[in-house]
Formats: sequence, structure tokens, C-alpha cells
Amino acid sequence: MDDLSDILGDEYEAVIGLEVHCQLDTASKLFSGASTKYGAEPNSQVAPLDMGLPGTLPVVNRKAVEYAVRAGLALRCDVRNETKFARKNYFYPDLPKGYQISQHRAPLCENGELVVPIDGDPLGDGDVRRVGIQRLHLEEDAGKSTHLKGQPHSLVDLNRCGVPLIEIVSEPDLRTPAEARAYMKALRDIVVFLDISDGEMSEGSLRCDANVSVRPSGDEAFGTRTELKNINSFKFVHDGIAAEIRRQIELLEAGESVEQETRLYDVDAGRTRPMRSKEESHDYRYFPEPDLPVFTVDKEWIEEIRANLPALPAERRRMYREAWNVGRDDAGVLTGEPALANFFEASVAHWSGDAQTVANWIVNQWLRVLNDTGHTIDEAGVEPGEFVGVVELVEDRVISQNAGQTVLEEMITTGRDAETIVDDEGLRQMTDAGAIESLVDDVLDDNPEQVAEYRGGNNNVLGWFIGQVMQASGGSADPKIVRSLLQEKLDS
Amino acid sequence: MSRDILKELRAGEISSLEVIDAIIEAAQDDVFNAFVSLVDPSELREQARGADRAREAGEARPLEGWPVAIKDNICTRNLTTTAGSKILEDFESPYEATAVQRLRDAGAIVVGKTNLDEFGMGSSSETSHIGPVRNPADPDRVAGGSSGGSAAALAAELALGALGSDTGGSVRQPASHCGVVGLKPTYGRVSRNGLIAYASSLDQIGPMASTVEGCARLFDAIAGHDDRDATSLAVEPAGPGCADVLSEGVDGMTVGLPEEYLGEASRLDPQVRSRVEAAIEALEEAGAETTSVSLPHTEYAVATYYLIATAEASSNLARYDGVRFGRRAEDADDLAELYKKSRAEGFGDEVKRRIILGTYVLSAGYYEAYYEKAQKVRTLIRRDFESAFEEVDALVAPVAPTPAWTLGEKRDDPLEMYLEDIFTTSANLAGIPAMSVPSGTTDQGLPVGTQLLGPALSEPVLFRLAQKIFEQCNDEASGRG
Repeated sequence: MDDLSDILGDEYEAVIGLEVHCQLDTASKLFSGASTKYGAEPNSQVAPLDMGLPGTLPVVNRKAVEYAVRAGLALRCDVRNETKFARKNYFYPDLPKGYQISQHRAPLCENGELVVPIDGDPLGDGDVRRVGIQRLHLEEDAGKSTHLKGQPHSLVDLNRCGVPLIEIVSEPDLRTPAEARAYMKALRDIVVFLDISDGEMSEGSLRCDANVSVRPSGDEAFGTRTELKNINSFKFVHDGIAAEIRRQIELLEAGESVEQETRLYDVDAGRTRPMRSKEESHDYRYFPEPDLPVFTVDKEWIEEIRANLPALPAERRRMYREAWNVGRDDAGVLTGEPALANFFEASVAHWSGDAQTVANWIVNQWLRVLNDTGHTIDEAGVEPGEFVGVVELVEDRVISQNAGQTVLEEMITTGRDAETIVDDEGLRQMTDAGAIESLVDDVLDDNPEQVAEYRGGNNNVLGWFIGQVMQASGGSADPKIVRSLLQEKLDS
Repeated sequence: MSRDILKELRAGEISSLEVIDAIIEAAQDDVFNAFVSLVDPSELREQARGADRAREAGEARPLEGWPVAIKDNICTRNLTTTAGSKILEDFESPYEATAVQRLRDAGAIVVGKTNLDEFGMGSSSETSHIGPVRNPADPDRVAGGSSGGSAAALAAELALGALGSDTGGSVRQPASHCGVVGLKPTYGRVSRNGLIAYASSLDQIGPMASTVEGCARLFDAIAGHDDRDATSLAVEPAGPGCADVLSEGVDGMTVGLPEEYLGEASRLDPQVRSRVEAAIEALEEAGAETTSVSLPHTEYAVATYYLIATAEASSNLARYDGVRFGRRAEDADDLAELYKKSRAEGFGDEVKRRIILGTYVLSAGYYEAYYEKAQKVRTLIRRDFESAFEEVDALVAPVAPTPAWTLGEKRDDPLEMYLEDIFTTSANLAGIPAMSVPSGTTDQGLPVGTQLLGPALSEPVLFRLAQKIFEQCNDEASGRG
């Protein structure tokens, strides 16, 4: 691990808290009916409210509240029955109303926790860190500004304006850059498995700011913290925080002090640098949003959301391993994406044998086929029941393992069902021992020299014989039967 | 045109086209500067002909062919919506306010957009980018504000109905000064969708008309829940509309007379007092009981109002930054300068004053002392009314301490101007309905209105009381009629 033990040594301890912004995957925006679809033509998904037109009013999207409650419950937060929105006031061209509707006092969720694996083992068998969740609240995203180098103007895209976000504020419970990264990954898994966000840091669906300070080991009091803004990849979560810790320790070692300020991680330089102070000296003048009454989240609704909460990766891994006896690494792979885990679970439900066989098939064959054909599991159009049908054909030795893979490829690319493909492509295995035996006899009769060679002690010739028989069968003979018949006859 | 014009229209004694033609003729000069913009005459005539055809076919809707004027801070398609501000002087809304849409759906014809104090911030309608509204009762005097253009248009018979907006008295006070009827509905009763926000927790669109009946019919058309306004009330009062209860009278009602509004300390102009007393007598004669009540926190209403209203305004007006719409400064070198210049050029002095005040009120370190404390006082004011309404059905009070004053008289004295709102802001702070009903004129012929206030959703009660005052105090009143 590229951890900081060399720098922190025994002398210093870092204290890290993260503020994570996560875009919710609702069809429409938090307060308007405009679409939230990513990648549309700039300024094409903009309702009058998103443009800040005079006289427009916000109306809360209940779906967004539901998604936020899902996240809150998954993070073991208390969910407030009455939550309030507030205005955060500042001027910027990508903030058309001149204020962001957010939550200040009375956030939707508070007092949660997330258990994060911290020893580099993502499957959580090792040490864990309990990270407190201070609060989780709803707010609207701002638009997107693009500043063109050397141009007097900037471009503003308001499509993102009003897209629902949850802000998840952790307690300062993280101690190393690796822990911060692991926390981000765990959060990403949660929002993806809850089906509330795509969790893509590269598309900005998941972003974070980090509060970083260092203190002499053993001290209770926190050091002066800096805020590292706009971190947009898991790698930079680690590298940015590491760079900032290094900078702060160097300052302290040199007898200087850390200044409380907002900084940015400069990826190219591998260092953090201060943001212009002009941009951050805001007094946001928060006050209750007068256009929105107190929003009621009644207990029945919360319980309904809780009852429908999808199982999270850690829970599913435990089930695969403990109840289904699936290997540790396979369980890890299968819980990497919700679609994969769902596919695995649905396949197991169709399968009468042991779950590990299905796990092997998904991890070793299915993922390769998907990768080769360039499809996601959802795009492939192969239902878990159909998939299990192919596994059964192989397990029943109707077709060979290789033919199984061919069938899966053909199912994706042509949409035909497995039986049709097997027949059309002549993939059915020859399992009639009598028929195979006559092929074996022909090959042995035709090649007396090789028979003599084998019998003279060169066992390697067996492979050559298998190849000859398979070729004679047009590839359809069951290789296991071929091998055993050959051995039987050659050794006799 | 007479005040019976609505009845004549309904009876087919006069056609919508004749009414529209008279308005087009009269509005040409607009000597009172009541309008910011007018709909094209040919368009108006076409709509009037349509209304006449509908009436002949027996398909007349409740407001068929009514010419209505819309305050220019309420969004309309096909006409600019300027809020009386240079910063929006060319602004055209791509959508229409719910209240305007409901008027159109009921058959009304929008004739134009009326002049106002910039962004509704004022009590005299002197601060818009097109100059002051003049009072039809005396063109050297103010029409009141901020819905002065709507009130003046009605008084000058340039419309039969109008929409105003009332944040601290902006419908009631100009109605009083111009001698027309104006209602500030219960907060949430009329959708704010499309109303350019001044102070969101106080703003309400209100109907205005020359008669109580006209006002009631407009209200019946625009009131009701709207999904596009989260503060819009979901409850619909049962029973008939306000226009259908006017004749029910006031016999047996109990009306409260607030000491703080009518006592010696209220420094009420004697002529205003005498008109309000005449209104009270009219109610007593019609069978209402009167009793004295107290609203002890009245003296804090104006201060509370100006803290909350300016705080909300400072945020609501942030969107006028020259970036996406509205006036944009030409020669700005960078973003900060673009903001500063656009806003410096686009906003008038009073608007700037309120933005600065509101920004201060919300600033770190002052929020608790001002904004939060004002919210607490607001609760006390609301409770004053709640306890009063345990004993009485409604309250009677003056609308404004004086009749209309001379143009320019208070323009340079903001505090004096703010005190104009002393009797009106409480209803907005409490979210209760209140209306102004003409109660005769002063010796100089200046109109004076009486204010009626009731508990939330008591509009039908207020309209019944208003109808009595209107009948008793205006037929024999001097001046217009």
C-alpha cells in the first residue's frame, strides 16, 4: 500500500472528514419537471424555474425525497418526519436564481454510520473503521460552467441546474488517504445498490470535498483544517488528501502553521494549491426557503421505504459465502455491480445444483462473453433462466464447455434460443460410446506407428490421438469418453 | 360607464365590443399613467366579438367579456412583464401566471398591464421606470401603491376588474385611495405561480374591482389550489362562491373594533376616522354587533414586516443579474462588474434600499437579532388575531392613516412612507384575508376605504360585510358614483 506511514510516522496523525455530493437518478429535477438525463444538448433540459425566470416556484419531487431517505436508512441515519429547505445565497452565472435551495437546519437525515474496510481488503474480512455520518440532506445542483482558455467569455450549461443531490457529511473519523478512498468506494457501492445513483465519479454523479488536518499523535485537539474541493475520482481522493497531509506536516516540521483555507488538488503537479480567496469568502445568508412549506415524511412512508430497501453488497456477500458456500473471491466479483448480483441470485433460483457452479459460470464464462461482445448484463438480453439452461446443457454433457460459450455468444448476437443454436450449429455432443468406439478403432488401425510409440512409453502421443478422434467426429465427440476409450484400448 | 356595467353586460344591454371600444378610446391618452402596456386594439375587439358571440349563444362563462387589467408584476404571455423596473423593461415571460390563466378561462379579456411601484416595493406607485401613477380623483395626488395602476385603471373606468398583488397592503391601500374594492386573500388561496416575487411568505395576488360583486366574482375565478405553488392551500372551502353570498347580510355577526387601530394613539386623520366610523355604523344598522378588541403587538408590525420582507426580497431579486435575461450593462470588464453595473443601472433607489437592508438582516451575526426575532414577533402577531377571532367574526379598521397625498410629498422620506403600511402589514404577517371597501370621500372628494379583516378562509364573511358597507356608504356619498 502506498500509505503515508513513511510521512506520518509515529509522530503525526491525520484527521479527515468528507462531504460527498451524489446526484440522484430521478427522471425529473428536484424542483421542476425538466429531465435530468446526462449528456443532452446543452441548455435543452431547462424549465423556467431552472433558468430562474421571474414568478417561477419550486415544487418538491417526492421521488428525490424517497431516494434520499433510502440512502439515509442504508447509512443507519435518523430520518426526520418534518424537514425544511433553506436558501443558500451567492452570485454565480451557473446559479440562475442567485441562491441554491438546500437544507440548513432540520436536514432530512442525521446521526448515521458507515462501516468501512480499512486494511486494503475490500471484502471486509479485515479491520474496519466506523465512520459517523453527521447529516445527509437534499439540495439542487448548480449548472455547469466551462471557462475557455484565452476567451473573454465562459459557457454555461443549465441542464444540470436543479438536478437532485444528496450531500453526505461524515464525522472527522477517517485517518488515512486509503481510508478516505475506501469510504468513497463503500458509499459508491451503497448508492449504486440502492438504485438511486449511477455513482459515476467520472461523470460527476459522485464528487467530494475533504476536510483535512494533522495533529501530533496522541493529541485530542484537532489541528487547523483545510478544505480540499472538487475531488472527482477515487484516485484523487487518495492522492489529493495524501498531498495535503504531506504539505501540512512539512509546514509543521518547519515550525510554520496551517492556515484555514479552501484548496484544490493540482493533478499534474501532484500538489494542492489555494483557491482564490475572493471566491470563498462567502456569507451564504442561509434562511428558510419561503416558497416551500415544511416537508412531511410520515412514519408509514419511512417504513415502506425501509421495507423495500435493496440488500447492500456486504450483506449479499455474507449470504453468498455463508448460506450458499460461494468462494470468497467469486462472492466479491459477483457483488461488484447490482446487475451482476441480481443476475447471479436469479440464476441460482433457476438452478437445482450448487450455487458455486453458477458462480463459476458467471465469473469465468459469462463475464468473458459479455466483455468480448461488448455488452452490459442488462443489454445482453439473456434472462437468468435462459442462462441457466445453457449451464444445464453443459453439465448434462449435451454440449461441450466450449460450445456452451459459443451458445451464449450466439444468444446475445442473434437472439436465438439455446436449443435452436445447438441444432443449427451442430453443437450437440456425440455421447454414444459405441459410435465413438468405432471412430477410436479406425484411428488406431490407421496409425500403427503411433500406437507403437505410445506403447513404447511415450504417453504424450495420447493427446495426438484424442485430437485425431475429435477431428474425425467433426468436433462433436465428448472428449471425456474419447480419452477413456483411447486409454482403455492403448493400455490393454 | 356606470357601476352597473357588469349587470348590463350580463343582461345583454351593452355589448362587450361597446365596452372594449370605450376602454380603447379612454386608454389612448392614459392621463393617469395607469398602464405600462396595452393589448393591441384589434386584438381586443376580436376577443370582445368572441365574448358577444358566446353570450348570444348562451355559452357565456362567469367573466365573459370582462375587460381586466393585470398588475405588471404578474406574468402574461404576449405582453411584457416589467415589474415596473428598468431591469426588466423588455422582459417577455414564456409562460402565464395561474391567476391570469384562470381569468382567461373564465372569459375575461386582458386589456393591459398596470403601473406599480418597482417590484411592488412602495406605497405610492411613484417608483416605476415609466413614472408615477396619478389618482383619478385628483391627478396631483398619488394613487397609493404598489398596485396603484390597477386601482387607477378601475377608478378611471379603463377596466372592470384588475389583479393587484399585496405584500404589506399593496392591494388594499391603493384601492382605498382610489375608491375601489380590493382583497388580499388568505395566504395560499390564490396561486403565486407567475407573480414576480417580492417577499414570498407575504405576497398574495388579489382581485380588485369597482364593485364588491365584481371583486367577489374575480376572486371566485382565481382562487383555488395550484400544483405549481407548494404554498397553495389544498383545502377548498365548502359552499357557494363569494359572489353568491353577498345578499346574505350581516345580521348576527360580531365585528371587532381593534383599539390599536381606532384608539386615540393611532393618529388617524379625522376625515378618515369619520368614514371608517360611518362604515361601522352601516354594519351596526344592518344588524351586526360591534365590540372592542385588542391586538397588542400591532405596534411591532411595520418593523417586523420590513425585516422579513426585505430579507426575502434581497434573495428573490438576486436573479436579476444581467446574465440570462433583462437589462445587462454594456461595458463590464469582468463578472463582478457585470453584476454591479447591471444592478446599479437596472434597479431604482427604493429597490436598492430594500435589497441592502435585507442583505444586512440575513448576514452572519445579525440573523438571530433581526430575521429570527422578526419571525418570533410574527408568531405573536398571528396569535393576536387568533385570540381576537375567538370572539368576533371579523375586524373593522382603517386601511391607511391618511387619504391620498400629493405626488412627491413622501418620496424622499422612506420612513414616513413605511408608516403608511401601519394598518395593513399585520394581515400579511398573519396570512389572513383583508379587504378594502370604499366608504365615501373626504371633504375634498378623496376616497377613503375601510378595512375588513377575518380569520383564514373567511373571504365569504368579508364580502358580505363589504357589500353592506358598499351599499350604505356610497350611494349617498359625495363625489363619484
